[in-house]
Amino acid sequence: MEDKSKKYMNPYLAGVLLGFVIMAAFFFSGEGLGGSGAFKDVIKTAVVKVAPEYSQSSTYFKSAAESEHSPIKTWLVFEVLGVLIGGVISGAFAGRLKLQVEHSPKITSRTRIIFAVLGGILFGIGSQLGRGCTSGAGLSGMAVMSVSGFLSVAAIFGSGYLFAWFFRKLWI
Amino acid sequence: MAPIFEQASEWNLMAALFIGIAFGWVLERAGFSTSRKLAGVFYGYDFVVIKVFFTAAITAALGLLFLNYFGVFDFENVWMPTTYVTPTIVGGVIMGLGFVMGGFCPGTSVCAAATGKLDALAFIGGIVLGVVLYTFTYEPLWETLRGKGKLLIEGSDTPGKVKIGELIGVTEGVAVLIFIAFGIFVFWFVEKIKKTYNIKDVEY
Repeated sequence: MEDKSKKYMNPYLAGVLLGFVIMAAFFFSGEGLGGSGAFKDVIKTAVVKVAPEYSQSSTYFKSAAESEHSPIKTWLVFEVLGVLIGGVISGAFAGRLKLQVEHSPKITSRTRIIFAVLGGILFGIGSQLGRGCTSGAGLSGMAVMSVSGFLSVAAIFGSGYLFAWFFRKLWI
Repeated sequence: MAPIFEQASEWNLMAALFIGIAFGWVLERAGFSTSRKLAGVFYGYDFVVIKVFFTAAITAALGLLFLNYFGVFDFENVWMPTTYVTPTIVGGVIMGLGFVMGGFCPGTSVCAAATGKLDALAFIGGIVLGVVLYTFTYEPLWETLRGKGKLLIEGSDTPGKVKIGELIGVTEGVAVLIFIAFGIFVFWFVEKIKKTYNIKDVEY
């Protein structure tokens, strides 16, 4: 018999637990969960540090350059650090920590890495334009019943289904 | 009265860390640290994303609604996005394409990298590149687009921060009820697909 600890949780139970985590974020901190925002904060900090003059002249970096607080000390940066820790803890207890390039047996690791980078680039751009990613704009937006959240989820998943056919060889 | 912690306080950053740990833990338990499971939602061999995602959103929406009724939570004091229709759709379409190519979204990629997935690490590298690309092309390419299509409802005192209920003209409670009904329909639909095509759960 397979080791029970290695099985994934019932998705509906996981969903309810995730719902409580979202509620906790709003209740304790007044914030929604997020992912991409943390990357933006770190990059803004880096650019302001490395090129202070450039950041003063650019509309995008100006607010970060003029802020008294270090933009890296934000709620989302700490939350994403937490995700990293939480992932390690859960993975360790479930016996799922393993260094690997995970991919369909029909493609090579190299192909998988190339498309992972490309996907990441698109998510980086899209999340900045769309004011957040699947968790920030989508999930947290739906939790507060914002039109923006539903629109974002519809656009992300709609587009995923639209383009899925072209990339089917990567997955099936 | 919520929120408990002051926005820029050290306590709030501490809370962020612990909430993040819980977030990462749930994502990993649900199987969100594997791109093959996540991508399954787009190819019909695994619906765990839809199930977790909608259950979470419904639970939170209903929970926050009740906290609001009990008087311990006010939506005006917490994060609420302003709706800009055009960039949200264009950005969403770009992200959807990124999802089927990369198999992750930013949150799940961090969780997957935590469990040792090198492809997730590559995805994170991509996000950094993408954000840098965006920032350095912000003024010529994105600045105008980003402010387009702000959704305005007459008589609202918080312009642009439109909730679903306001848009379709029902109360907050009814809007959440419709959302729950929609969620249950989606769950029924994906379970039906699974049964009809005899799709077994995958364990990656």
